[in-house]
Amino acid sequence: MLSRTADHLFWMSRYIERAENLARLLDVTWQMSLVPQSEEAANQSWNAIIALNSLEEAFARKYATVNGENVLKFMVSDPDNLSSIHSCLRLARENAHAVRGTLTTEMWETLNATWLEAKEKSFEQLLGAGIGDYFEWVKMRSSLSRGTTLGTLLQDEAYHFIRLGTLLERADNTARILDVKYHVLRPHDDEGATDFYEWGALLRSVSAFEVYRKVYRDVITPDRVAELLILNKDMPRSLHFCLNSVIKNLELVANRQSGETARQAGLLHAQLHYGRIEDILAHGLHEWLTDFMDRIYLLGDGISKDFLVPMAEAA
Amino acid sequence: MNFYNEMYDAKGGVRAHYKGYEDWLKATPPERIERKRAEADLAFHRVGITFAVYGEEAGKERLIPFDIIPRVIPSAEWKALQSGLRQRVKALNMFLWDVYHDQEILKAGVIPAEQVLNNAQYRPVMQGVDVPGQIYAHITGVDIVRAGEGEFYVLEDNLRVPSGVSYMLEDRKMMMRLFPELFAKHKVAPVQHYPDMLLEKLRAVAPNGVTDPTVVVLTPGAYNSAYFEHTFLAQQMGVELVEGRDLFVKDEVVYMRTTQGPQRVDVIYRRLDDDFMDPTVFREDSSLGIPGIIRAYQAGNVTLANAVGTGVADDKSIYPYVPDMIRFYLGEEPKLNNVPTYMCRKPDDLAYVLAHLPELVVKEVHGAGGYGMLVGPASTKEQIEHFRQLLIAKPDGYIAQPTLALSNCPTFVEEGIAPRHLDLRPFVLSSGQCVNMVPGGLTRVALTKGSLVVNSSQGGGTKDTWVLED
Repeated sequence: MLSRTADHLFWMSRYIERAENLARLLDVTWQMSLVPQSEEAANQSWNAIIALNSLEEAFARKYATVNGENVLKFMVSDPDNLSSIHSCLRLARENAHAVRGTLTTEMWETLNATWLEAKEKSFEQLLGAGIGDYFEWVKMRSSLSRGTTLGTLLQDEAYHFIRLGTLLERADNTARILDVKYHVLRPHDDEGATDFYEWGALLRSVSAFEVYRKVYRDVITPDRVAELLILNKDMPRSLHFCLNSVIKNLELVANRQSGETARQAGLLHAQLHYGRIEDILAHGLHEWLTDFMDRIYLLGDGISKDFLVPMAEAA
Repeated sequence: MNFYNEMYDAKGGVRAHYKGYEDWLKATPPERIERKRAEADLAFHRVGITFAVYGEEAGKERLIPFDIIPRVIPSAEWKALQSGLRQRVKALNMFLWDVYHDQEILKAGVIPAEQVLNNAQYRPVMQGVDVPGQIYAHITGVDIVRAGEGEFYVLEDNLRVPSGVSYMLEDRKMMMRLFPELFAKHKVAPVQHYPDMLLEKLRAVAPNGVTDPTVVVLTPGAYNSAYFEHTFLAQQMGVELVEGRDLFVKDEVVYMRTTQGPQRVDVIYRRLDDDFMDPTVFREDSSLGIPGIIRAYQAGNVTLANAVGTGVADDKSIYPYVPDMIRFYLGEEPKLNNVPTYMCRKPDDLAYVLAHLPELVVKEVHGAGGYGMLVGPASTKEQIEHFRQLLIAKPDGYIAQPTLALSNCPTFVEEGIAPRHLDLRPFVLSSGQCVNMVPGGLTRVALTKGSLVVNSSQGGGTKDTWVLED
């Protein structure tokens, strides 16, 4: 497969996954803002979303205050914000457009129709119709795109690079959500009572609320939430699950120069496979997650250099 | 002016080959037709069969309007056209071989040598290069119009990177999807094997010694107006769609960058103009091309389709000589008519043209796509004066032709069904001694009332083209 084709597929799937995760995160934050709370607490959650994406400066350039409406507008429909859902859907479609011949008709039509519909929706319309419906819509479009990929695409290299993009993006997003929320929700270790609603919302943002109940059959505690999202190998949005799939797909596309990238992925996977939550927490969750996200970034970089944008002299 | 109507004769009676369609049209409730037309629009949008318009907002895509009244060609007419096209394209390929080798036709004085050798489209790098099968124009799009009492004329030969074949295929697909009953009643010759035929031709012109060639389609990229077609053809043929940056040349061999390392490329169906192919030979500022590819080509390590330098045969200043080429190379009389052409570089012709501007069509010698032309009868005084100045300033940059009374065909427009002018572009494929085409081609229709310009960039639409089998 052409390196450029693989590159577009990889980014196409990253952007659609990013749009979905953003919709999930905004959705729970918005729902939580409806629960009675102090204005300060509410704005803290909105601020966390901006911080999560390292967009403090870009946001401050356009908006004076951090509040629900401004953050939603910035993260949902702002075309100047390349991390907004609007931009992610556009970029997913642009990448798909560049390789539409490699996609199945169903996949292309799904991404194209998603973008055509998204660009017609103004922020005011979305708010008016209920922004929650929009988040549902984004999630469903992402599911549809994943479904058409799974249901129609030949499982050759194209499929493997799409999966690599999806899973690397998801691992990064889950780690980010956990990192920010964990510390917002648990500023001091000695604070006894945990807020059921807040932790419930975090779980729901990764579709893991029912999963948690099923796995632990117990009350929600922060450490178990961390364990579920990091180490559970069967939960589709956990870091362990993502890395399982990353190493599998990397193996399937391996070439002469990808050995080191595969080794790095294997190392990271081993940490999750053999890791214990007690050790991670003792190490410091924030430090651990920061290190994890750095290594996910390096993996993406390795994949890019090995497969997607190879140097000319590789001949 | 009287126009030949494709569906009705001069007395208003329906022509025999349109009888079946007209019966159907009369019997079908207008609501059903409306619904189907809306369905077609939606489907074209969703599938993304669009083209980009230069000069409009970057990346903006428009739909080419599709009309549900087909252009029908009876079998006998098609057979005559086909044999004329074979003859013409064969002669054009022989001309190109000759120009880039011994130049017999110039020595014989049939075409003035300076017309060819001073032409910007003549590529000295091609001199003496032996292309496989002696074929230069593997894919030719010949623009044909019907005028007067119904006789066909060749308007121009497109030997560089003719486009539109994907619309021919998609129009047929759409028509069969919307109105399957019409195909049950008519014996419409199929066209869907075009990509197969194209792939076969491309494989047949692989460099010497290559038995299982790797074929690719080269596109300028996603913002090119015909990008949809490039992806469509690559997908239909099952070959890679590459951009210049996907290819590189090492030791006069072309490779593409793949996830498994470099892979050799043997045949390139390129949809990129000569000027952009190789920055080391042609335009230095081209970032779309592949440095060194012309050396690889000259060394015979890769085949380009179409060949470099074909523009010297479809240039409007060469067009008037095509009938002479046919006589010179084939010893036959041309089967298809050329449009009488005034060459403004000749003082007598220029004088005539300047005196008759309001009734002539003036075209830039190197223009294409319906840009840079004057349709006298449809122009304002200012536009005519503007062209007069252009002509006086640079007479050898223009040719002029009488305004042809292009045939028209009933077409759905806002006010209902009304006649609109059309042309026909069959796609002729050549390899070795073999010249083939699928029946029909792309019919383009000028949707603006009275307009004679059918180019999609100028608001033209398309129709499905039916060649009826006996």
